[in-house]
Amino acid sequence: MASDTFYLRQTPLVVLLPPRARAGVLGWLRANLFSSPFNIGLTAICVILIAWVVPPLLRFLLVNATWSGDRAACLPSADNPHPGACWAFVRVWLSYFVYGFYPIAQRWRVDLFFVALAFGIGWLAWLRAPRRDVAALYFFVVLPVLSLILLCGFPLIGLPGVSTVLWGGVLVTIVVATVGMVCSLPLGILLALARRSQIPVVKWLAVMFIEFVRGVPLITVLFMASVMLPLFVPEQLSPDKLLRALIGVAMFASAYMAEVIRAGLIAIPRGQYEAAQALGLGYWRTTALVVLPQALRVTLPNIVNVFIALFKDTTLVFIVGIFDFLRTIEAARGDPRWTSPIVSITGYAFAALFYFVCCYGMSRYVHGMERRLARRSG
Amino acid sequence: MVQGSTDAADEKARPEVAVEIAGLNKWFGEFHVLRDINLNVARGERIVICGPSGSGKSTLLRCINHLEDWQTGRIVVDGIELNDDPRQIVAVRRDVGMVFQHFNLFPHLTVLENCTLAPIWVRQMPKRDAEAVAMKYLERVRIPEQAEKYPARLSGGQQQRVAIARALCMNPNIMLFDEPTSALDPEMVKEVLDTMVGLASDGITMLVVSHEMGFARQVADRVMFMADGQILEINEPKAFFAHPQHERTRLFLQQILH
Ligand SMILES: Nc1ncnc2c1ncn2[C@@H]1O[C@H](COP(=O)(O)OP(=O)(O)OP(=O)(O)O)[C@@H](O)[C@H]1O
Ligand SMILES: [Mg+2]
Repeated sequence: MASDTFYLRQTPLVVLLPPRARAGVLGWLRANLFSSPFNIGLTAICVILIAWVVPPLLRFLLVNATWSGDRAACLPSADNPHPGACWAFVRVWLSYFVYGFYPIAQRWRVDLFFVALAFGIGWLAWLRAPRRDVAALYFFVVLPVLSLILLCGFPLIGLPGVSTVLWGGVLVTIVVATVGMVCSLPLGILLALARRSQIPVVKWLAVMFIEFVRGVPLITVLFMASVMLPLFVPEQLSPDKLLRALIGVAMFASAYMAEVIRAGLIAIPRGQYEAAQALGLGYWRTTALVVLPQALRVTLPNIVNVFIALFKDTTLVFIVGIFDFLRTIEAARGDPRWTSPIVSITGYAFAALFYFVCCYGMSRYVHGMERRLARRSG
Repeated sequence: MVQGSTDAADEKARPEVAVEIAGLNKWFGEFHVLRDINLNVARGERIVICGPSGSGKSTLLRCINHLEDWQTGRIVVDGIELNDDPRQIVAVRRDVGMVFQHFNLFPHLTVLENCTLAPIWVRQMPKRDAEAVAMKYLERVRIPEQAEKYPARLSGGQQQRVAIARALCMNPNIMLFDEPTSALDPEMVKEVLDTMVGLASDGITMLVVSHEMGFARQVADRVMFMADGQILEINEPKAFFAHPQHERTRLFLQQILH
């Protein structure tokens, strides 16, 4: 072997830069916005739309907005002939939007509940967090009990009871949505499994429940839960109004969830069941360890779809006289001391912002999770 | 009957017959897929099953671990009679490993987790021990370095070797192989067959549905030919290949060996 042959490189490799047009802002623009006549056209349309919508929106929401004062400050005046959003209204009413009529002296309990919930969600949602099994235990066992004690009260340890009639605003929206989501997943899974069961009774019960609940609007379910239940159960025994609504929402969400999950179950090939059975795994272990993890992953986008729909559907509980977030805004904007078109628009804009932030947050989070999952099985 | 003679000493407690099939009949609806099957497989014996497509080979194999039900006849595996009692079925399945044509690995679990799932949940083995056993068998099939990967990242041959390791982790006495190499590209067939030849030399009882006649010659104690749900012919490989008794066997072998 000649002595000038080496197996290891002796000189560093010349670094080749990517061709100029593909790198940097210009390259990105060219690749994404101006790659074809069709794309150029689309880009132009989008630019026009943005120019049309965004400046007036910003002007209304920020530039011309009124940040403090009372109703009069929000009305057109000499130095502000086209007033924008009346954030002063939101500021004054904010605590009502968040807590409803929850007694002021006890609102720290609601705050604590929000913190405990956010902590649980953060722990569960952070995929690389330590001890996520403990997180699940916390979220599904500790948190519900803690929340119940905190929010409803527990006189024995010095927390006076607070009737759910006084609850309102974001508190109610979050409670209804969380209970709905947390119940709908396990119930939906059970219903979906039941619907695929070999046992006819189980199967037909599941089919009947799912088809019945899906076949009527949520409003009807809520109405039945709140109006018809007292007809059969004596008034003293009939459960709390909020609880009835919670049951209605949970039932409704479960029925939808069941169908979403069933679609995921159908997508699992027979070979997976057979491999698990051949290894000696029984029905429940096959389901829990092999089938469900895969089915849930396939259906993740649809599950979140149900969650988002549910989150927005919680606004319907107002129909049975519960003051959720949107209803508190409705009530506040009707207050004679404030009522004006600008105030109404501001209230709705605020509500839209709240719902959008929550739903978009869920959507983004799951999008990230999907990408993570895709990377591993690519 | 030819016997796999290696380490029979520690197997004394178990019955000499690993699998006993008597008068087995099975129908799919109107279709008579298995007709009066009688077969005794001795402990440590290796049987290769061949036959035309649709002859019921897979179905027969799947009856042995009760993935398929049947109408008449009896199957006794390792002294356990298979009936509708779920406990008996699980007992048999713990004892019988199966390798499928399409691997059927669990795509959401890593290779290592695929191998430890059943030992942990069926045998209640501590995780640490299960992982040690799994690594032992992954080394055995020569892919320990893939343990942390997901199955989708492996080649077909590697996946099938993982499937073999996964079955071995349950420490089965009997292994069923349903066309383990027929979904593989030709260059991967050999690595899987080599793994199986290695197993054969351990004296594990094997029933292999395969058309790899070289493999059959090398390791089989008996070769069995099925057609139309019947066992047409079963014989030692030498005799089977040299003097097939049945006209259909002859034709089939001609086709398969060109
Ligand atoms: N679940 C089922 N329902 C109805 N018929 C079936 C079912 N499974 C298999 N069959 C039929 O039973 C017959 C035997 O099938 P089997 O899979 O045992 O054949 P095989 O010998 O393994 O064939 P191959 O070499 O193609 O795998 C085939 O005709 C098949 O169509
Ligand atoms: Mg087959």
